[in-house]
Amino acid sequence: MRYAETGFNLEIDLSRGNIEKVATDPRETELYLGGLGTNAKILWDRVPPEVDPFSPDNLLIFSAGLLCGTPATGCNRTIVSTISPQTRLMGFSMMGGFWAPELKYAGYDKVVLRGKSPKLVYLWINNDKVELRDASHLQGKGAIETAELIRQELDDPRIQVAAIGLAGENRVYFASVEQGRSSASRGGLGAVMGDKGLKAIAVRGTNDINVARPEEFIELCNEVLDYIKWREEHPIPGVMPILAGLGSPQEMKIHDEKWHTENFSWGNSRVRRKGFWTEEIAKQWTETMESARRRLISCFNCPMKCGATIQMPGLPTYMMKCFTKLTYTMAAFSDLEFGLKIAQKATEYGVDGFSTPQVMAFAIELYEDGILTDKDMPGFPEGNEERFYWLLDKIVRREGIGDILADGTYWAAKKIGKGAEKYAHNTIKKHEQLPLKLSMLNPIYFLMYCTGEKINITQIEGQFPQAPFPKREQREEFVKDWFQVPDEKFKQYFLDWEPRGENSIPFYPTVEMTCDIVDWQEMMHYIDDALGMCAGLSSFPLKPPYHIHNYPKFISAGAGIEMDEESLKQAARRYRTLVRAINIRRGMRRKDEKPPEDHWKKRFPELEKKLLDTYYRYKGWNEEGIPTKETLENLGLDYVSRDFLKRGILKEGEESSTEQSAAGNEQQ
Amino acid sequence: MKAEKEKKKKIIKTIRIDVDKCNGCRACEVICSAYHADPKYSSNNPARSRIRVIREPLRDIYVPVYAGEYTVAECAGRDKYIIDGKEYDECSFCRASCPSRVDFKEPDSGLPLKCDMCEGEDEPLCVKWCLADALIYEEREEEIEEEVEEEVEDLEVGLEALAGKYGMQKILDTVARMSKEG
Ligand code: SF4
Ligand code: SF4
Repeated sequence: MRYAETGFNLEIDLSRGNIEKVATDPRETELYLGGLGTNAKILWDRVPPEVDPFSPDNLLIFSAGLLCGTPATGCNRTIVSTISPQTRLMGFSMMGGFWAPELKYAGYDKVVLRGKSPKLVYLWINNDKVELRDASHLQGKGAIETAELIRQELDDPRIQVAAIGLAGENRVYFASVEQGRSSASRGGLGAVMGDKGLKAIAVRGTNDINVARPEEFIELCNEVLDYIKWREEHPIPGVMPILAGLGSPQEMKIHDEKWHTENFSWGNSRVRRKGFWTEEIAKQWTETMESARRRLISCFNCPMKCGATIQMPGLPTYMMKCFTKLTYTMAAFSDLEFGLKIAQKATEYGVDGFSTPQVMAFAIELYEDGILTDKDMPGFPEGNEERFYWLLDKIVRREGIGDILADGTYWAAKKIGKGAEKYAHNTIKKHEQLPLKLSMLNPIYFLMYCTGEKINITQIEGQFPQAPFPKREQREEFVKDWFQVPDEKFKQYFLDWEPRGENSIPFYPTVEMTCDIVDWQEMMHYIDDALGMCAGLSSFPLKPPYHIHNYPKFISAGAGIEMDEESLKQAARRYRTLVRAINIRRGMRRKDEKPPEDHWKKRFPELEKKLLDTYYRYKGWNEEGIPTKETLENLGLDYVSRDFLKRGILKEGEESSTEQSAAGNEQQ
Repeated sequence: MKAEKEKKKKIIKTIRIDVDKCNGCRACEVICSAYHADPKYSSNNPARSRIRVIREPLRDIYVPVYAGEYTVAECAGRDKYIIDGKEYDECSFCRASCPSRVDFKEPDSGLPLKCDMCEGEDEPLCVKWCLADALIYEEREEEIEEEVEEEVEDLEVGLEALAGKYGMQKILDTVARMSKEG
């Protein structure tokens, strides 16, 4: 018997309308765990670098994490992976909500989609009955609307639906996959879904999910719940409210937005507005939120309530979480009411809440500076807010200028020319980033921005405090019950970290310490993404309930795969390296690994070089960021090194120059 | 079934359900079905849970409902509540394991399910796992004069349900055949 996982994937060929239930190899689970890990393996094996994102040969994978559907609190992530049309690299985004557990109960770990359907269809998975159904009546419908219509059509309110809106249908490069409460937004996965002619996947399951050692497993779950309760009563002192508790940043609950509105940039990620957060604004925004918010809501099997149902006057209800609350507002220099209203449209259209507002603000800046003119944008309205609605409509329909903007700022700037490139200033690897512009280089964030292959800072940061605490006593207090650290040395790193003076950024944490910290942060995210755990209970917040010490027990008792900390770290390293291998094979190199040029005002080229050199060695990558033959072989990825040699990405005899990397590998 | 008159102390067990506090997470369904798995906690499956959450976020409807008695026939009429302007679907508040709904039946056998307040635990586990405090357990003692009905055994309830579904003769035939084979 298979534990925690079902042992079956669905293979769907959309070109031929073929559906197959395929048993998976349990050894793959041992090596790559599940979720992101096994997704990466499938993409490596089956999608060679020559395959274009919009080729029928590109795969779109919806995967439940290894522990989804077990009683492990907060383990509900769907990991969607494909080749991104925007970055041309591996795109992977996670969504919470209820979809992944339902897939497990239906009897599958993954849905692997290939080909292209000649007409718009949706996939209906009802336990053993799986069928492709006509979706022509859903064409052009909103993502949330689509989910409701499918539930009515199939007459079961317990069906979980992941759907695209108009943006996905029209292959907008930052189209999302929406699932009511949550969405997989980054990397343009929705565009690939639309390209495949797939409007939605509806799923309903009523089968059991087994665990290997029941008593032990439930005991672990109860410990996690007790700890969550304890943390609710003991928020972390000395940090801002959204970092004090667990869960995704509690944007729906917390009204105080001084930090975001004054530290993040407005417009096209340019303007900081110190002193913006006045009492009057606070009052107005609080009122807006309180009258719009109907209820705080959770994902499957989680008590955290990170989302909310939002109802703006005259508009259909929708659900929201996290920072989309402010992205439209800030891009448009407007207020919260505008932000919540346009987000309703954006959610139905199915677009990413980070990229979309930025693309629109970028267009407005180009227009103001005369690079885009009325000739490019006939009918462009006068009013500021109207302009945003106008642009959103054009983009999701790919009409006129919208067709160019729908590729994101990087590609749009190239097409527009006339110096537009300078305005596409906030991307990494061609993907729009949080609107954050700071002063002093932070070595930890520098490395994360450079090397994070989820290409999104929130998906690699966490665990280690974002900034030093002012007083030593506070730091001593903080490390007292910091049992989540993989090694005691992290406590010392933090104790000695000062806001000013010798032990402050950019030279402290030292290069070596920075490597340790970044590696730990990244590892926890990768483990979450394989298990299907919400980052909000694990890799993102300070002192989370899941950590490197209890995860091996969860995997052992849950999935019946014997694991200790070392073997779990090794597995995470393995599929993390495989993700990199996929991207390296698609041409990613050191030159691509850099933060937005203007992210920090004060830069330190020599230090930055040293950081990247050292971290590459630490990870067992060569100076181009390519995993060395030795590293690959140590991880059992011989097939990757053979491929790299064959393609000339690595050269025979190169190993001698990378001896240090093996040492770095052991150090971890 | 015999009935007799008798003075008796009785523990009344109540779960107070605050639908305003429910966030729709379905943790209650997960732990309920895990607890009642055999062996205990060896599997979970919300479809087997003895608490089901009626959840329609866009209409702001959240109703945790517990499995009550099995009934052979559905009600003659149905009821529909409108509370605070929200219209709840038919049968939303009903606890019965009834032919007209899929809830509160084992998904494969169709046998009825009934909440047993997690017999043997300090408190029902759904209550323990509901950190939102939408479910609060209360116990009180009452002295009552009552018609005591002999506990109808689980097996009997199950058999009745099967008889309702397949007819008594078919059940008897099957039992006879199985005992021969055994
Ligand atoms: S912590 Fe928040 S986002 Fe994460 S699973 Fe729980 S409710 Fe969902
Ligand atoms: S555990 Fe509580 S909050 Fe969650 S669905 Fe059940 S009753 Fe509602």
